[in-house]
Amino acid sequence: MALARREFDAVVVGAGGSGMRAALELAEANLRVAVLSKVFPTRSHTVAAQGGVAASLGNVAEDNWHWHMYDTVKGSDYLGDQDAIEFMCRTAPEVVYELEHFGMPFDRTPDGRIYQRPFGGHMQNYGRNPVERACAAADRTGHAMLHTLYQRNVRAGTQFFVEWIALDLLRDAEGEVLGVVAMEIETGEVLIFQAHATLLATGGAGRIFASSTNAFINTGDGLGMVARAGLPLQDMEFFQFHPTGVYGAGVLITEGVRGEGGFLLNKNGERFMERYAPTAKDLASRDVVSRAMATEIKEGRGAGKDADHILLKLDHLGAEVIHKRLPGIRDIAIKFSNVDPVKDPIPVVPTAHYMMGGIPTNYHGQVVVPDGRGGDQVVRGLYAAGECACVSVHGANRLGCNSLLDLLVFGRAAGRRVISDLREEPHKPLPSDAADRPLARLARLETQKAGESVAEVSAEMRRVMQTHCGVFRFPDSLAEGVKKILTVAERAQRTGIQDKSKVFNTARVEALEVDNLIEVALATMISAEARKESRGAHDRSDYPKRDDANWMKHTLWYKEGNRLAYKPVKAKPLTVEPFEPKTRVY
Amino acid sequence: MSEVDRIRWQCRRGLLELDLVLSAFVERHFDRLDARQVELFKELLEQPDNDLLDLVMGRTELADPRCKPVLELLRAG
Repeated sequence: MALARREFDAVVVGAGGSGMRAALELAEANLRVAVLSKVFPTRSHTVAAQGGVAASLGNVAEDNWHWHMYDTVKGSDYLGDQDAIEFMCRTAPEVVYELEHFGMPFDRTPDGRIYQRPFGGHMQNYGRNPVERACAAADRTGHAMLHTLYQRNVRAGTQFFVEWIALDLLRDAEGEVLGVVAMEIETGEVLIFQAHATLLATGGAGRIFASSTNAFINTGDGLGMVARAGLPLQDMEFFQFHPTGVYGAGVLITEGVRGEGGFLLNKNGERFMERYAPTAKDLASRDVVSRAMATEIKEGRGAGKDADHILLKLDHLGAEVIHKRLPGIRDIAIKFSNVDPVKDPIPVVPTAHYMMGGIPTNYHGQVVVPDGRGGDQVVRGLYAAGECACVSVHGANRLGCNSLLDLLVFGRAAGRRVISDLREEPHKPLPSDAADRPLARLARLETQKAGESVAEVSAEMRRVMQTHCGVFRFPDSLAEGVKKILTVAERAQRTGIQDKSKVFNTARVEALEVDNLIEVALATMISAEARKESRGAHDRSDYPKRDDANWMKHTLWYKEGNRLAYKPVKAKPLTVEPFEPKTRVY
Repeated sequence: MSEVDRIRWQCRRGLLELDLVLSAFVERHFDRLDARQVELFKELLEQPDNDLLDLVMGRTELADPRCKPVLELLRAG
């Protein structure tokens, strides 16, 4: 089937913070840029970011990028690349002021400068004492950022393709990326977007877990496309979890609940944190609490018919305290777990929040693969930025407020790199088989007989990931998890849909999304099983310590044969002395 | 084309809380809405995510009372 084709200088997939920041750079340079988004741009998941943007402006207290860099390297548990981290922390003030000039409504100090507030992990003097580094717009920083960038893009002439889903990359025989094949959700029309540069900005893929804070759109579409194109995914074993999300929903219950006297129970009604942390109990640090919860569930003491969650009790605080000190918690519990916490405990479970791994890039946003001589080689025509990319500035764990910063710094850097890489030449001829893969995927969905249910396959994937590859990982469970996820992946190749209509066929879209999620799930499980240490967010019961001698390296997972390879961490910054690995203490 | 399919996709949002509330609402109530209620629901969906969530959670009220009956259904889940 011959597909219609449109030509652009650049095509950006995803209209969250990084995609729109990149697109703005391109459109303002008068390039023809198309942005594809499954949903209206200001409904991207960036809207959920509340905390703020980290930047060492020093508007409230003395600060500088060296301290920010130290916090980020330490937070990454020394898996972050120090060249990229230096670049990000040095550039932070510039991109924040730039956003201010774009019209971002930051909170202000009394004398009119950008107000900054303290945030966990932000420190002065190389970890000595807390500092105000987070720039915010009330509790709607991500929302304000999206609206600011969207307005600016419209003005600059960015062409948005709203309610389009990208299906696969177009590559030629030399491996150069020439654009994407995408489908309009409203009509089912499939189109080739040919471009000199393709920039992936598709966000995270937390939806591989049963419990996730991620919106439904976060299905790792860019990661799936990259994996199917034969390119690796990096450090996928590192997902940040929050200890208390509402079981079955993923909506977070603030840690303030335990601060106010709420505590956790297993199925026997035992306050188990007394065994794991006799002094701090339920106020122990996030990783200690998460680990204890996971251990209780693993050992069969979880609550519910599947013994797969924990109970958060706060009825003893009384309705008045709950209402006054924990506003909104009762509403959240009633709405999302059907439980009134004034009477009954809230079912909770450790919940996936942020993906540190992703599509390997350098700090210019260019997608890279190993060159076979210990270095990196650029994939021509392909760029990535934001949560879907692994630069890697977050390493094994992300510092708070560095995700919005990542979007701005690397969205802009990738846009600039696209401009400098651009050649004044006509579009290359497309290979005749360029669109075969996405067309075959669509054709299979049309013709699949006795197909597997998309909903059942994706539910099974989420269950397997949650049970076997959650916040605290056990060797026997990981090994079993690898077998199970391979089986789920087999089933995912046979998904079928009942509704074959062309128009707004959400069943088809969801089937295509599962193709992407399953690649992410495989990468995550297989990378996690192989990493025999604990580092940052990857926490193993059998290897409780970080092992720099053997494991200070990035994982690369390839779809072909589920092969793993490794590459060294870039421990050398651009201009300053490296931060040598130390034991991480907060 | 089927109106409900289009609306179902409009219920895909940037906030997980809205995904949960809106998709459950469409599955449970959409068939029983009359034409006017459908139009009002579509108007509600035009709200920015954070504003819509505040409305659904009862933290704010609409200045325009026309959408109120549909909003009440959303709040009730």
